This record gives sequence, C-alpha cells and structure tokens, in this order.
Amino acid sequence: MLIDTILFYIFAVLVLGGGILTITRRSAIHSAISLIVSLLGVAGLYLLQQAEFLFAVQIVLYVGGIMVLFLFVIMLVNLDQAAHERQFSRGWTVALAATAAVGAEIGYFLYRGKDAFQIASNGGQQAVQALGNTEMIADSLFSEYLLPFEIASVLLLVAVVGSVMMAKKRV
Amino acid sequence: MHPITTIHYLVLSAALLLVGTVGILTRRNIVIILMSIELILNAVNINLVAFSHTLHNINGQVFAIFVICDAVAEAAVGLGILIALFRNRETVQADEIDLLKW
Amino acid sequence: MNFLDQIWLIPLFPLFGAALMLLLGKKLDPQPASEVAIAPGVEPVADEHHGGAHASHAQAGHADHGHGGHDAHGHAHSPLKKLINFICPGFVLLSFLFSAGAVWQLSRLPVESRVHQVVQFTWVAGLPFHMANGAMATFSADWGFLLDPLSSVMILVVTGIGFLIHVYSTGYMAHDNGYYRFFGYLNLFVFFMLMLVLANNYMLLFVGWEGVGLCSYLLIGFYFHKKSAGDAGKKAFIVNRVGDAGFILGMLLMMSVLGTLRFTDVNAILHSGQFPVEVAGFGVLSAISLLMFFGATGKSAQVPLYIWLPDAMEGPTPVSALIHAATMVTAGVYMVARSAALFQLTPHTSAVVATVGAFTAILAATIALVQNDIKRVLAYSTVSQLGYMFLAAGVGAYWVAVFHLFTHAFFKALLFLCSGSVIHAMGGEQDMRRMGALKKKIPITHWTMFVGSVAIAGIPGLAGFFSKDEILWQAYSSPLGSKLLWFVGLATAAMTAFYMWRLMNMTFYGKSRVAAETEKHVHESPAAMTVPLTLLAIGSALAGWLGTPKLWNLGESFRAFEIWLEPVFASAAVGAAHEGAEHSTGVEWGLMCLSVAIAIAGIALARYLYCIRAEIPDRIEARFKPLHTLLYNKWYVDELYDFLFVNGLCKGGGLLLGSFDRNVVDGGVNGAGWLTRFASKVSIWWDTWVVDGTVRFTAFSVKLLSYPVCILQTGRVQAYAFFVVVGVLAFLGYYVAR
Repeated sequence: MLIDTILFYIFAVLVLGGGILTITRRSAIHSAISLIVSLLGVAGLYLLQQAEFLFAVQIVLYVGGIMVLFLFVIMLVNLDQAAHERQFSRGWTVALAATAAVGAEIGYFLYRGKDAFQIASNGGQQAVQALGNTEMIADSLFSEYLLPFEIASVLLLVAVVGSVMMAKKRV
Repeated sequence: MHPITTIHYLVLSAALLLVGTVGILTRRNIVIILMSIELILNAVNINLVAFSHTLHNINGQVFAIFVICDAVAEAAVGLGILIALFRNRETVQADEIDLLKW
Repeated sequence: MNFLDQIWLIPLFPLFGAALMLLLGKKLDPQPASEVAIAPGVEPVADEHHGGAHASHAQAGHADHGHGGHDAHGHAHSPLKKLINFICPGFVLLSFLFSAGAVWQLSRLPVESRVHQVVQFTWVAGLPFHMANGAMATFSADWGFLLDPLSSVMILVVTGIGFLIHVYSTGYMAHDNGYYRFFGYLNLFVFFMLMLVLANNYMLLFVGWEGVGLCSYLLIGFYFHKKSAGDAGKKAFIVNRVGDAGFILGMLLMMSVLGTLRFTDVNAILHSGQFPVEVAGFGVLSAISLLMFFGATGKSAQVPLYIWLPDAMEGPTPVSALIHAATMVTAGVYMVARSAALFQLTPHTSAVVATVGAFTAILAATIALVQNDIKRVLAYSTVSQLGYMFLAAGVGAYWVAVFHLFTHAFFKALLFLCSGSVIHAMGGEQDMRRMGALKKKIPITHWTMFVGSVAIAGIPGLAGFFSKDEILWQAYSSPLGSKLLWFVGLATAAMTAFYMWRLMNMTFYGKSRVAAETEKHVHESPAAMTVPLTLLAIGSALAGWLGTPKLWNLGESFRAFEIWLEPVFASAAVGAAHEGAEHSTGVEWGLMCLSVAIAIAGIALARYLYCIRAEIPDRIEARFKPLHTLLYNKWYVDELYDFLFVNGLCKGGGLLLGSFDRNVVDGGVNGAGWLTRFASKVSIWWDTWVVDGTVRFTAFSVKLLSYPVCILQTGRVQAYAFFVVVGVLAFLGYYVAR
C-alpha cells in the first residue's frame, strides 16, 4: 500500500518533471530525452494499475519506436540554428495565462467531483482476475472492437504511405 | 499518507495535459510541438487507464491502444511533413510558417 | 455446331483484328525513328525534312515499293511483325471457315426455307411516323443478319478472296511502313464488307456501305505523303458521297412508301401485288429504284460517277485487288440484286440500269485500249466489267449479274495481284512501255496472269466465258434486252480481249524495253504472293463451271449457281424464263460462237500489233492522233466534271451566293446589328448602374465585414491552437458559471 503510494509519487514526478523539461529545454535532443523519462513514468503508472500489456506497449512503441523516430528527425533536420534562436513565441504570456485559466477550471471540476471517486477507490484490493490482462485486452479487441481494430490498421497504412510521400525527395 | 485514488491520477493527467498545451502554444520549434502532442495523448491514456482500473472495465485499455495507434500515425505523418517543410523552407520554427490561410 | 445461328460472328473476327491492329499495332510493329510514325487518322502533314525524305522514297519506289531500301527497312523482319502476318489473315480465314460452315448448313435446308435471319437487337429504336398513304409505321432498324443464297455467295467471295489477298499482302507490303496500319484498315474493310452483305435491312447495309467507303478512302490514301494519293482518296470519298445521297434518299422514300427497310418485309410487300408493275409511267417505285441505282453508280463506278475508280489505283495493289476490283465495287451490283423485287416492278429503271451498264462497259473499254499504266488498264477493265454486271441486272438476269460478279472477283483479283507481282518485280515500275519479255524472268506470275487474261477474254472453258456469254445471251434474248445492248456488249467483249492481250504482250512478250538498271533486280515474288496467285488462277479457270449454259445440257451440278440463286430471284425468273421459247437454240449457239470468235480475233490482233509487228501501233497512233488523244485523256470526262461542277457549280455558285450574301443577307445582318447595338446601349446603362451597383455594394459590405476576421486568420498554426484553448476555456467556463 505504502509502496504503491510512494511509487505513484515517484512516477508522477517523473512524468511531470519530464514533461516540463521537454517543453523548456533549448536543445531538441534534451527535450527528447526528457520526453523519454516522462513516457517511462507513464509506463510505470500503467504497471501500477495492473495494465501490464499497455506497459509493454508503452515501452516498446513510445520509448522504442516513436522516440527513435524523433531522434532520427532531429538528426535529419538541422536544428543547430533553431537552438540559437528565441525559443518561445511572442504571445507566450497570453498563452500561459489562457492555459492556466483552463487548468484552474479543470481543477475546479476535479475538486467539485472528487467525492464521486472516493467510493470506487482502489487500494490494489482488486479481485484476482480469471484471465490475465493481455488475454482480456485481446478478447475485447478481437471480438467487440474488431472493426475499429481493422480501421486502425488501415489508418496506420495510410499514415505510412503519407509519411513516405511527404518525406521522399521528389513528389 | 492517503492511499492513491482515481482522483490522483486525474489530477496528474490534467497536469500533464496542461504541460503539453503550454508546450504547443509557446514553443517555436515544431519538433518540440510534436513532442508536446505526445504528452497530451499520454495524459489521455493515463486518464483512460485510471478509469479502466477503477471500473474494472477492460475497454479503457483497449481505447488506450487505439490512442497509441493514433499517436504513432500522427507522429509519422507529422514528422514527414516536418521533413518536407524543412526541405522547402529551411526552417523548423512554427511562427515563421503561415501557410494555413484561405 | 450450328453455324447458321452464329453468322453474326463472321464480321466480328476481322473487326477484332482491326481493333487489335489499330489500337495496339504500333507496339507490334515499331516504326523506325527516321520515318514519320504514322498514327491512324492523323493528317499527313509532316515537317519539311520528313516530307522531303518521304517524297524521294516514294519516287524511288513509285510509292508501292522501295527495293533499294532493304537495308533501311531492317525492321521488316522483326519477330513481332511476323505475328501480324498470322493475326490478320488468320481472322479472315476464321471468318471464311464460319462462312463456309454456315453456307454448307444453309444448303442442307429445303429450298424454300433457305433464308436465315439472326436479329441481335433493335438498333434504331422505333419512331412512329406517318407513311405516304397515311398509315402509321415505326422507323426502326435491326442489328440483324440475313443469310440467303445471295448473301452466302457474297460472304464466300469476300472472305475467301479476302483471305488470299491478305496472304498476298504479307509478301507485297513486307517492305512498307505502316504495316500494321495497312492490315488494320484491310481487316476493318472486311468487317464492313461483311456487314454490308450480311445485313438484313437497308439501314444496316448502309452502315457497311459507308464503312467500306471509309476504308477505301483510307487505303487509297495509304501513301498519304504523296499528294496524288491523298487527292485520289478524297476524290473517291466525295464522288461516293454524291451517290450515297441518292441511296439515302431512296432509302427514306422506301421507308415512307413501304414502311419498312427489312429485306424480307420489303420483298413480301412488293410480291404481294399491292404495287402494280409500273409499265405505264414513272411512279414512286421507279423513283425509289432510280435513286438507289444512283447510289449504286457511285459505289460501283458507273457512268456518271465512275471517275473515282481509275484514280483509286494510287492505293497499294492488294487494295486495288480486294476493294476496287473484287468486293467493294460490286456492292452496287449486290444492292441492285438484293432489290431485285423492286427493280422487277420498275421496267423503266431497269432500262436505265441496262443502258448505263452497257454505256459504261464500252466507254471504259475504249479508254482501256490506249492506257499505258498497267494498273490503269485493269482499273478501266474493272469499270467495264461492272458495266457488264449492271447490263445483266438491267435486263432482269440478276443471277447472271451475281454470277459475273463471282467469276469477275476471281479473275480480276488475280489480274490485279499479278500486276502487283509484276510491279513488285520491276521495283515499282508501272508503265508498260518500259516492260516486255518478262515471261522468262517471272514465270509463275506470267502463267497465272495468262490464265486470268484468257478467262477475262472469254475463251471457252474458263470462268469469264460462261458469265460473259450468259450476259450477252440475256441481253439479246430477254424481253428487257435489245439487239443494241447485245451489240454494245459484244463490241466491249472484243475490246476486252484486245486490251487485255495488249497488256499481256507489252508486259511479258516481245522485246524487252526494261531499263538496264531495273533489269538486274527483276525477280519472282515470294511464296506468300505466288501461292495466292496460283489458287486464284485455279479459281479463275474452274469457277465458271458452276454456271454452264443450259444449252450444253451438262446436268444440274454444272448449273448449280443458277439453281442456288433461284429462290432469291424467284419472281425474276418469271420475267427471264423465256429461253428456248421464241429463240431457237441455233441462234444461241451462233451467238456463242460469234463471241468466242470475236474474243479470239481480239487476242490475235493484239498479238499481231504488239508482239509481231510492234511498230504498227505507233503508226496507227500517229494517223488517228485526235482519237488517240481523246481516248488517252479518258474522253476528257475529268476535265468536263472539273469545268461543270468544280469550277462551274462551286465557283460560279460561289459568286452568285457572294452577291446575295452582300446585299440581302448582309443587309439583314447589318440591320439586326444596329438594333442589337441600340438595345445593348440601354442594357449597358442598366448594367452599369443598377446591376453592377447592387453587386458592388454587396461585395463592398462583405469585404468590410471580413476585416475583423482577417485579423484572426494569421496562417500560423499556434495561433489556431490558441483559439482552440480559448474555446475550451469558454466551454468549461460556461459550466463553471452555471
């Protein structure tokens, strides 16, 4: 119990810290590494909530896949000059204010509704599931969500074709 | 110390969302804007998984998978566009590009 | 397999071949880069450089051949080109096999049911209209095919001889450019010709009629880089149009009088006795038949529209053989024979047909006497023989006309192909004055052409004798015929024998007048050419035995042709069944002997003048200079037409129209113009102030309203994202405030 709580806070710090570092670093490489930290934190949160499959997916896909993609692009695109320029856009104060206002509103809602979640709070006292997490996801994904699953595969295909078209030398 | 409840996750998720939003709105480097989008999507996922856990319903996690799918597609296309853009305009600064008119 | 129901397939094979050639042929037979790649239908205006190269090439080979150009035409032996050699004749052969199957099955049927129709669909949908007598009828036409003894003869001729000529062409055209184009057109021609002869109504027949005209045009102008070839193609096309106008009018008149265009229905109405024989005067049926015959004169090169056929010899020789001798030009004869029921009711038109036929026969024969171009002699001979066919049709002996068509197809195709072979051997030379003594050098060509010449001259035992003699006899003895027609026919026969043997003697016998340079290259043609020649020679020799005179009493199988066609012209026989009644058999024997004698006399005279005493013709020419000039210039008919129609009617009419235009039409136009200008001024005022004002005000207000929006539209993505956040803020704010 205590361990869970401590772990949650550790991961939360990783997530938020990584995120804040991501958006504040001057060098894109540093940002990317901070993003990895943040994503790893999210993966830890998944594990904390018994979503083992998503944990694996998060590590493999995000940290392994997308991040490599980012790093490749960072290397392909010459970012040295960008690093020496102004990092934030002109209206950043306004943007920050607006975001803060949205945050305040969200916080207000969460505060108002915090009691609703107390009931369903879970301290890890979950009943042992008959099936493992991965089997359950597979079950759901390939029966109830088969069509969306296929559509998602088409979406990925389109994305592959689109990105190749975008990135290749002559269009 | 309080036990961790769903509300913790929601607060965390909201915070991550706001961090991502700030990144999108303020950074000039398009690469970092794309990364911020990834942060926002992760905030969503945290939310989904938290509710899935709370409600003992696997659908939340399935949705999280779809969101990851989406993130992958978005990252691939976004970075492709970035490369094309960089090749043509020699810049990765978002406010130097104002093509989205008309 | 029931071929009778599959006759609709017969035309489709060549169509498929044509489509293959014209759409994909360029890939099969790539053209050398130095030549102009010729796409079908593209106007032949090459740039100067290419045009010059072509002209020299054309002169060297006199258009047909470039024997000096073997090296330049290395592509001639590409393997893909060989494929064309199999595809195009192959499809025609397939058609021939189907035709033969269908005809064989037709002959198994009882005599009275030998009419097989296959209607595939209604092609021109029914359009109701009032007929001349006030009754309602529908204007419709089938896409239907009719096989009866008449069309069975035609399809066998078209596909059989067409196949042989295709095979011949693979040898003859081997060194020419546009090989695929040539075969595409040729296959297309066979398709249209089969449509023509298989159609079950006049409308569909007209489709084929126009189609063969088109193919004729394309093939005459095959060497389109030569101006004369292009002009000849245009001449053929335009002259044919004149005739076609008559055909269309006749067809529409027939539609309005009879209410149908289907052959079987037309014949049924005409046989029903609803319309009496128009002996007394010139009635509506006579008008129909006369208009249709006018159409036939265009297609079959009769006076007054024969002038295009001699010029059509600008096309490649196989084309002359197939289109301008064996098949297309006989379409008119076929049409008249097909309309036999109509012509039987109109004796006046029949008299016109016979007269025109006889006049054409003798006119063309006189011209052929003095021509020096080997192909031109044959062209005028064709015109003359077509005149014979119309003579036969005009005196009511339709089966004889078709019989002569049949035999003529053999020997005239043979003669043309032989002349092609001679031209091939001579490296493109067509002038007979520069030939002579070729017998030894090209023996196969000589012997086959010998057979053809004997056949056309009318020596007993060969095809031409039987049909020609039957025509002469019918002209003499038929109630519609007369002694004058017979005499003209006889004179023509004599001239035919003379000019054909003049041609033979000048080409193959006597002293050689060949240029030394050419003499070295003279060679026999390849097997692809000599084999069809041999087959056609056999045909020319034997085809006539299907229609021996009744007089000879040789049994039914030797009169198979007449018996076979009898059901088609059943009632025609009523008019022509008169033999032996008033004329004794002695007269017939006498006339037969006379025609044979005169043929032999013609041959002998030709031999004497052009082989034994070759110096005499020049003396005769000098003595009768005006007559020779007149004949040599083809009676100046071309010049007359030029003066009357081209210059007189077109240009004179143009002047008249011009003054009418300036004064009356232009006056009206100017008046209207002034009125329009006035109206436009009023309109301009209205437009400028009222319409434009409204429009501008609208635009101005929209523009004014758009400025605030424009400020928001920066084009930068982050700005838009910011608006999204503001939107979320407002959205959530609404719930907070509530």
